[in-house]
Amino acid sequence: MTAARKLTTPFTEAAVRALQAGDRVLLSGVIWTGRDAAHKRLVAALETGTPLPVRLEGQAIYFVGPCPARPGEVIGSAGPTTSGRMDAYSPRLIAECGLRAMIGKGERGPAVVEAMKRYGCVYFAATGGAGALIARCVRKCELVAYPELGPEAIYRLEVVDFPLVVAIDAAGNTLYGR
Amino acid sequence: MGMNIQIDRRPPAERLRRLPFQTVVDRVALCCLEASCRLPEDVLAALKAGLEHETGELARDFFSQYLENARIAAAEQRPLCQDTGFAVFFVEMGELLAIDGGSIYEAIAAGTAKGYNDGYLRKSIVRDPIFRRENTGDNTPPIIHLTLVPGDGLTVILAPKGGGSENMSALRMLKPAQGRAGVADFVVETVRNAGGNPCPPTVVGVGVGGTMEKAAFLAKKALLRPLGEPNPDPDYAALEREILDRINATGVGPQGLGGAVTSLAVHIEPYPCHIASLPVAVNLNCHAARHAGFSL
Repeated sequence: MTAARKLTTPFTEAAVRALQAGDRVLLSGVIWTGRDAAHKRLVAALETGTPLPVRLEGQAIYFVGPCPARPGEVIGSAGPTTSGRMDAYSPRLIAECGLRAMIGKGERGPAVVEAMKRYGCVYFAATGGAGALIARCVRKCELVAYPELGPEAIYRLEVVDFPLVVAIDAAGNTLYGR
Repeated sequence: MGMNIQIDRRPPAERLRRLPFQTVVDRVALCCLEASCRLPEDVLAALKAGLEHETGELARDFFSQYLENARIAAAEQRPLCQDTGFAVFFVEMGELLAIDGGSIYEAIAAGTAKGYNDGYLRKSIVRDPIFRRENTGDNTPPIIHLTLVPGDGLTVILAPKGGGSENMSALRMLKPAQGRAGVADFVVETVRNAGGNPCPPTVVGVGVGGTMEKAAFLAKKALLRPLGEPNPDPDYAALEREILDRINATGVGPQGLGGAVTSLAVHIEPYPCHIASLPVAVNLNCHAARHAGFSL
């Protein structure tokens, strides 16, 4: 295995398609948080033609609901949640909004992988249960939308060297169930 | 909290020990923070052993991150995982103990709210499962398993339970004819199907026998046993070893991304059973197998 490669958001389609399952990555730049409750609202906005609170073209969504920040901290512990709960929503964000990367933990369903292959999107696994470690990579955290959802709101994060592995690449190759 | 050998013949009201409500609240609150931020020694030892056992670079990298995460969490008093869980309490309360100023249930709920608020822990509980999925705002209500015991003591164990691993748990009512092999197959199948979702390497709690809810309760309680301590019954100890070996032969590995260590331990808790039944419940815990407790 080679050393981790440094990547920065946003992503082009070519950059995403160059990544291969098993590649280790240190990701820097802006990423957006979102769990099922926020995804449900984003897809509802697509349904009604309402503008989304975030422009997702070329962007990465991180499936996370962080702990509250203590005074003087940027963010509380912030590891990934189970991605499968977003399977019902992710294909539309990939197809209609140009989402290029998702960050979470655990396997994805066939419809998600199909959309990733067709439109060019990558799925990164972050280390589940390493929330204290990952919080150190977050340098800035701003509330963007749905504050009433608390930990499930959408936040804009600025991360530096967030350790990830390409779990499913844009060709559909997967590290799960090898 | 042993049995009193000498018999105290005074009426119960005169023997009653009183504990102030606030004392229980404060200890429970402290317990929430401790459980969230400090990984028990037995779990740390199992993770270190896992790192030694893995040969793949990616799997080793995950184990190193788990250990580094535990170090940071303890040093900075940060939650190990952002999912600080459902607050599940196992309480043994002496029959001669009274809480002054409220019930034990109210004291534990108030302590949970205080611990999760003051400790900046994530509040993860919604008011209703279907119709009002609104956050209760203070991580209450907790789940309290209360047992009445002889004496006047109070022992509380908190095992915060994350959603990711809880969601991968399963229960099946087997036919008695399926026996040992049926139980083993069901446990292995449950862990394999869970893949990376419950944040492996997991601790696998298995409840066998009793009724449906008894099996589920025992599966959860089995997670509290110190890792590496086998069931005292040699038949069950052998079954635990066999199931663990089969699980680790699946190659699911840390985070479900491949490796030799999918589970750290399998703990089975049996209970007498109806002639027609063989209930089996499997409760998975993530590698951040947290618990903390106190006695008053």
